[in-house]
Amino acid sequence: MEAFRRLDAVAAPLRRASVDTDQIIPMRYLITASRAALGVGLFADWRYRQDGREDPSFVLNQPRYRAAQILVADANFGCGSSREHAPWALLDYGIRALIAPSFAGIFFDNAFKNGILLIELAVEDVAALMDLLERGEPRLDVDLEAQSVTARDGSVRPFRVDARRRDALLQGLDEIGMSLRMQPAIAAYQAADRERRPWIYR
Amino acid sequence: MATAASLFDKIWDEHVVARLDGGEVLLHIDRHVLNDLTSPQAFSGLEHARRKLRNPALTFAVTDHMLSTEPGRGDDTVPGGAELIRALRASARRWSIDHFDVGDARQGIVHVVSPELGIALPGTTLVCGDSHTCTIGALGAIAFGIGTSEVEHVLATQTVIMRKPRTMRIVVDGALGPGVSAKDVVLFVIARLGTAAASGHAVEFAGSTIRGLDMEARMTVCNMSIEMGGRIGMIAPDATTFDYLAGRPYAPAGAAWQVALTHWNTLPSAPDARFDVEHRFEAGAIAPQITWGTNPSQATAVDQCVPDPGAAPSGALREQMQRALAYMGLTPGRPLAGVPIDRVFIGSCTNSRLSDLRAAAAVARGRKVAPGVKAMVVPGSAQVKRAAEAEGLDEVFRAAGFDWREPGCSMCCGLNADKVAPRERCVATSNRNFEGRQGPLARTHLASPAMAAAAAIAGSIADVRQLAG
Ligand code: SF4
Repeated sequence: MEAFRRLDAVAAPLRRASVDTDQIIPMRYLITASRAALGVGLFADWRYRQDGREDPSFVLNQPRYRAAQILVADANFGCGSSREHAPWALLDYGIRALIAPSFAGIFFDNAFKNGILLIELAVEDVAALMDLLERGEPRLDVDLEAQSVTARDGSVRPFRVDARRRDALLQGLDEIGMSLRMQPAIAAYQAADRERRPWIYR
Repeated sequence: MATAASLFDKIWDEHVVARLDGGEVLLHIDRHVLNDLTSPQAFSGLEHARRKLRNPALTFAVTDHMLSTEPGRGDDTVPGGAELIRALRASARRWSIDHFDVGDARQGIVHVVSPELGIALPGTTLVCGDSHTCTIGALGAIAFGIGTSEVEHVLATQTVIMRKPRTMRIVVDGALGPGVSAKDVVLFVIARLGTAAASGHAVEFAGSTIRGLDMEARMTVCNMSIEMGGRIGMIAPDATTFDYLAGRPYAPAGAAWQVALTHWNTLPSAPDARFDVEHRFEAGAIAPQITWGTNPSQATAVDQCVPDPGAAPSGALREQMQRALAYMGLTPGRPLAGVPIDRVFIGSCTNSRLSDLRAAAAVARGRKVAPGVKAMVVPGSAQVKRAAEAEGLDEVFRAAGFDWREPGCSMCCGLNADKVAPRERCVATSNRNFEGRQGPLARTHLASPAMAAAAAIAGSIADVRQLAG
């Protein structure tokens, strides 16, 4: 997993609420055992018209947002399925951070596990950021160490990420490796549990 | 705590392996079920890191998502599907995992298979890389969907890292009206509470209505917990649960069954258990439901009209409704009953079990699918299919003009060959009516099996109560 400390990059406002995982990457792009190259399917039903050409009205197709590495969206982003293709598609497209008033639970976990930073800000702050991006230079400076988002007008908005996720992101740490260090505790649990609930173990 | 513990609290506490910094825990996973869509990628991660599958005996695999439902199907029937199907098979062989593969008599949709084989049990923690794993909570288990990174984590450690969710109880009391099923109950509840109401919560469904449901109907209710944002939905185990499980292939037997039963009887929530949130509904207020929009909360009674966005309480909601109606090709104020349809899909982990097929067949019996409507019935598992055929349900459906298919996810997800064409309108017994879910620009109306069968016969959205009368 790639570490995330600070990112000063183009940010795009995605003015939609409850963006679900089927919209983030439609089903027909999922038929592959690979995690890479899913970026082409990101928001495909919005990005492309029926004839396969780009829809110029979609935000990520507009020249000023093309290089976006940050997305600012409305509430409940990522609802729907548990498929990790959603964060993989975002990551492959180049998105490393998302800002919204809220995120759906499974998506939230999946994004962090893949090195994408999710930032929850108050509804008013998200609205203000979207306005700033549309009116001014569309860039944000996201600093995970300082836990703050700075817009080009100089306004700074603090955010909070829980300590474990923050450390893992800052260091690019592999969660499974960390958990495998708990091996003795897992073995002890299973030994005791086998006595209590023998029918669980075949 | 001990006296006021809820079903959820008891199972959670029993599975904590260690407490981690920041309030999360390492939670033991008793049952890990893999599928062909989200699991093969986890094995490539595991093997790449030279790690081992920790507990093969607690791990099971089912092929369902990418598989064709066409009679005579094989790995390659769905273009592109074979890569994932074969990757799962290879991993299952390499790691000695019990695999219910293409052609196996136990194959089916993962959430239909794990209870029917007795893999899922009360008091267990069960995970699968699919958000509708919450279905299994109907047995009195903590069951939830995980992403592929978590699948890999469970393969390596037999645990997940998780923060304890808050608890919510949804109580439904009273008798259900004619033509009203578990699907209508859960659609009604989601329409009242919204798609994010249970976010961050483990939901327990309770009340006399829920207790009165059979095991399969309980699974339909829990299946849709995720559609109100709850990763976990559960129902206290009782005699209905135990009768259902007794004698299933992987369920404990003999003396072990007795020991397990003693444990399972301690699981239901204490009478004074506290929940962070509680909602109550009266079953008598519930009519057969149909969705009109592009998320499962956009549902209403079938005898109502398409709602008017103008009446929405906020601008954002109005816009959302307008978008949904534009996508669905519906005009406000039009009665929902009578809207012409192109397709009917009876299947998915929500409604593809034997009782669902019986309910649909009862409506279809002696009638004909309306001209121009393509209707298909996809049993949830090979076992369901055999049981249905033994009762002659396949004949009832075929005689009425329905297509009778092989078990799998089918048209629920638009991943295999079963799709709804652009702008076609489909009444489906599945769980998601999102834009594009059943195929690009497909228009999905969620409903119960009886309502879906009624729509197939009428050629339009129809009130099953009137057809039956
Ligand atoms: S039937 Fe649909 S919801 Fe159920 S597991 Fe298959 S794709 Fe998922």
